[in-house]
Amino acid sequence: MARQLMKGNEAVAEAAVRAGCRFFAGYPITPQSEVLEYLSKRMGEVGGTFLQSESELAGISMIYGAAACGFRAFTSSSGPGYSLMQEGISYIASAELPCLLLDVQRYGSGLGDIFIGQSDYWQCVKNGGHGDYRSIVYAPNSVQEIADLAVLGFEKAEEYRNPVTLLSDASISQMMEPVELPEMREHDPDQFDWALKGKGTGESKRHTSVMYYMSDYDTYIQSKYREIEGKEQRWESFQTEDAELVLVAYGISSRICAEAVALSRARGRRVGLIRPISLYPFPVKAFEPLPCVKAYLTVEMSKLAQMAEDVALASGMKHPIYTKTGGTALYDSAEVCGEIEAVLSGEAKEAF
Amino acid sequence: MEKLVIRHEDWCKNCEFCIRSCPKGALSAAENRINAKGYPPVQVDYEKCIACGVCFNVCPDYVFEIAEVSGNG
Amino acid sequence: MLKTIPKACFIDNKYCPGCGHGIANRLVAEVLEEMGRDGDALAAIAVGCASLMPDTFGIDCVQAQHGRAAAVAVGMKRCRPDKLVFTYQGDGDALAIGFSETMYAAVRHENITVIFVNNGNFGMTGGQMAPTTLEGQRTTTSPRGRDVRTTGDPMNIMELLKPLDPAYLARGSMTSNAEILKTKKYIRTAFEAQERGVGYSFVEILSPCPTNWGLSAMDAVARIRAEVVPVYPLGEFVKKEGL
Repeated sequence: MARQLMKGNEAVAEAAVRAGCRFFAGYPITPQSEVLEYLSKRMGEVGGTFLQSESELAGISMIYGAAACGFRAFTSSSGPGYSLMQEGISYIASAELPCLLLDVQRYGSGLGDIFIGQSDYWQCVKNGGHGDYRSIVYAPNSVQEIADLAVLGFEKAEEYRNPVTLLSDASISQMMEPVELPEMREHDPDQFDWALKGKGTGESKRHTSVMYYMSDYDTYIQSKYREIEGKEQRWESFQTEDAELVLVAYGISSRICAEAVALSRARGRRVGLIRPISLYPFPVKAFEPLPCVKAYLTVEMSKLAQMAEDVALASGMKHPIYTKTGGTALYDSAEVCGEIEAVLSGEAKEAF
Repeated sequence: MEKLVIRHEDWCKNCEFCIRSCPKGALSAAENRINAKGYPPVQVDYEKCIACGVCFNVCPDYVFEIAEVSGNG
Repeated sequence: MLKTIPKACFIDNKYCPGCGHGIANRLVAEVLEEMGRDGDALAAIAVGCASLMPDTFGIDCVQAQHGRAAAVAVGMKRCRPDKLVFTYQGDGDALAIGFSETMYAAVRHENITVIFVNNGNFGMTGGQMAPTTLEGQRTTTSPRGRDVRTTGDPMNIMELLKPLDPAYLARGSMTSNAEILKTKKYIRTAFEAQERGVGYSFVEILSPCPTNWGLSAMDAVARIRAEVVPVYPLGEFVKKEGL
């Protein structure tokens, strides 16, 4: 299929439709509103439902109902709206239903601002909602990848009967890039024995916290997430084989870092990059084959270095971890190179 | 013949809605025994009962049925 | 006339003695089974005492978050428009925390049915004041009686929904055999409104809560007649043509 130029928000929306998603409910918020705008037109063309909900609370609840019926259901938001959805995400996870969520990060707490940021890491990856659950979280770094991960997201959501979150940001979702969209496929909601369609002449089904009707729930839920952690780690490594300093960055920051690694390599610095694609499960395995590493540098657009804790855990704290952070002020590859120099020269102060 | 049957005596919670609603005064709470839930269950005086079904309608706990019963059964 | 416990009421319910939920559950089950639709009905169940329903009620259902049952039902109905979809909610769920979802489902004319059990308090959590609590009524959070100057007036949802052009609005009670039969008729009409695609239908049921009212079961029923019905009158408030 030919490539076409698309905005990240539109590409993820079209990819969801092509993955068989026929139900979207959501609420406008910058910088993800194009997802709604696109699907308000597109869902009608494919016989699906687009519903502009009265709030994100209602939107995620509609997703819950649609997911319970076996439909591929999708909602999107940005930080403040994603905060409102947490209770619903917890319920969906506890009922073991699949759905696709998208958080297009903007920077800041509270109202914050609409510009690029990566400050929803803790909320998305560590769970904003209550209880013992995890959402599988993927962090795309291109328009192509956000489209690909939408398809994978539905597949993994159904494989594990668990919510999957795409953690994008204002940059990936607003930029236009060439993208090859996935093939159109049909989704049969009746293929699942758990999908609600009326009890017919059989036993009735109910979707509620599975702990209510599972005798050894504790063992079950632990093993479920351990399996995900064992099998679903995704990442890319660049030039880490001989790297003494390994950068770790996801989403748009990983692209800045890829450039910084190239620039620093040109100066003879032995640096590399790990780009986590799955943030939950965090790609711990990426940190195993690093024979030359002496230090890590995390690069993320969060002033509190939200991902750095996971890098510390993944690397076993065997080497110092430095952080390059952004907040209201952003960095470019030159600044990241500067930080690399500071780390290598011993001027930087480690975080862990 | 149609007859009032106490289908689930153990589900009775002794709320007395049936007893107070019975147009014939045919229902009462058992005096000398309790059911599995710990309540004195409803009992029927079949001399008075006309199997009208009011008790079925008002019972929150699905204790009664009006069933087809053969002979004196 | 033979009277058989509906198949959906397959086990003893977990409500308090004299609680109206047991009757409300049975009426819904009877109506669905009499319509021949229990096999393709879907429910969104509220949090609160209503959440006990799925333990004992054999209809396909989702346990919604507190207040969000209407939105969950909308998700189901939009995906499976040929099913009969209803919510089963109490007053705290539908009118306090879920007021927005309740109203917006009506605003959009969602073709769903709301079964709303009004017992005038938050039953599950120990009898706190609800939007429906009567003026002067003592609850665990209005120990001196509800002061409407600071807590607002008892919420009459019929009047609030009426301007939104619903298909069917009715309020019944369960204070006697006759009222229970009328309430069952209301529930039937509401589901028929949905079956015919007429739009949003809502049945409020005034229900006793003997445990939290501190009354015997029969005194609780008497209180509904004497105190609650004058504030929340019974009857059909909207019934679109043809229903």
